[in-house]
Amino acid sequence: MTLFYRLLPQPILSLVILALWLGLAGSVSVGQVLLGTVLGIVLPRLTRSFWPDPPRLARPGTAARLVLTVFFDIVVANGQVAKRVLGPLDRLHPRFVEVPLDLEDDFIATILGGIVTMTPGTVSVDIDRERRLLLVHALDVEDPEALIRTIKARYEAPLKEVFQC
Amino acid sequence: MSGEMISEAVTSLFVLVGGAFALLGSIGLARLPDFFTRLHGPTKATTLGVGSLVIGSMVHLSTQGNGLSLRELAITLFLFITAPVSAHLLSKVALRKLGLKKGGPPDAA
Repeated sequence: MTLFYRLLPQPILSLVILALWLGLAGSVSVGQVLLGTVLGIVLPRLTRSFWPDPPRLARPGTAARLVLTVFFDIVVANGQVAKRVLGPLDRLHPRFVEVPLDLEDDFIATILGGIVTMTPGTVSVDIDRERRLLLVHALDVEDPEALIRTIKARYEAPLKEVFQC
Repeated sequence: MSGEMISEAVTSLFVLVGGAFALLGSIGLARLPDFFTRLHGPTKATTLGVGSLVIGSMVHLSTQGNGLSLRELAITLFLFITAPVSAHLLSKVALRKLGLKKGGPPDAA
């Protein structure tokens, strides 16, 4: 087990690299699998210094559900943003919203920021590390409190569960 | 209706939807009044616009008889990782440079 972890400090990352390589190569021949495996072993080692404290994926099931939630939200919210972009602009209520973070880990807070940006209607502007705030710009928001509650319940809570922090 | 026709219809549908959302993103970029609202346009175009185009491409290539095409999934993954980073960098610079006037963060207003 210790040998396994010395060879593959981040087994999931290694698997993702192998899968990505095979996907890009477009074939599952012996040569490509071998090449992907070598990359899967070498790349996590080379990039280790970028991951001072690699987060552990504790609940893959919850992670999968979160990914589905985000995709669903992207599709639904895209329609809403499309309507607002084409409609009368003076009826928009754009504003900044400060979302207090419960997340301790910088990497996971970054994931949350990415999710907020990818779901239409909100863009994460800044992560305030001292005050543990996520500064979000929303295109059209009537009730900032409701937006904060949605972000915290829909994305932050599952993220906390996924990484058990 | 032959299988080929169905796959072509599905491909066209995804390409059209993708093109429509890419166009909407650009319209948003042109119409919206200030930097931060404009930022919403392009991030949206990448998510559903490119996402839909990529699904169209996957359907098309996978029905050509060369097996399932997975390159598109890698494209989507890279886009979803890089798009928020560039949007984040842009908005961070804007926050410092433009300062905060109308509609700034609650504490600076």
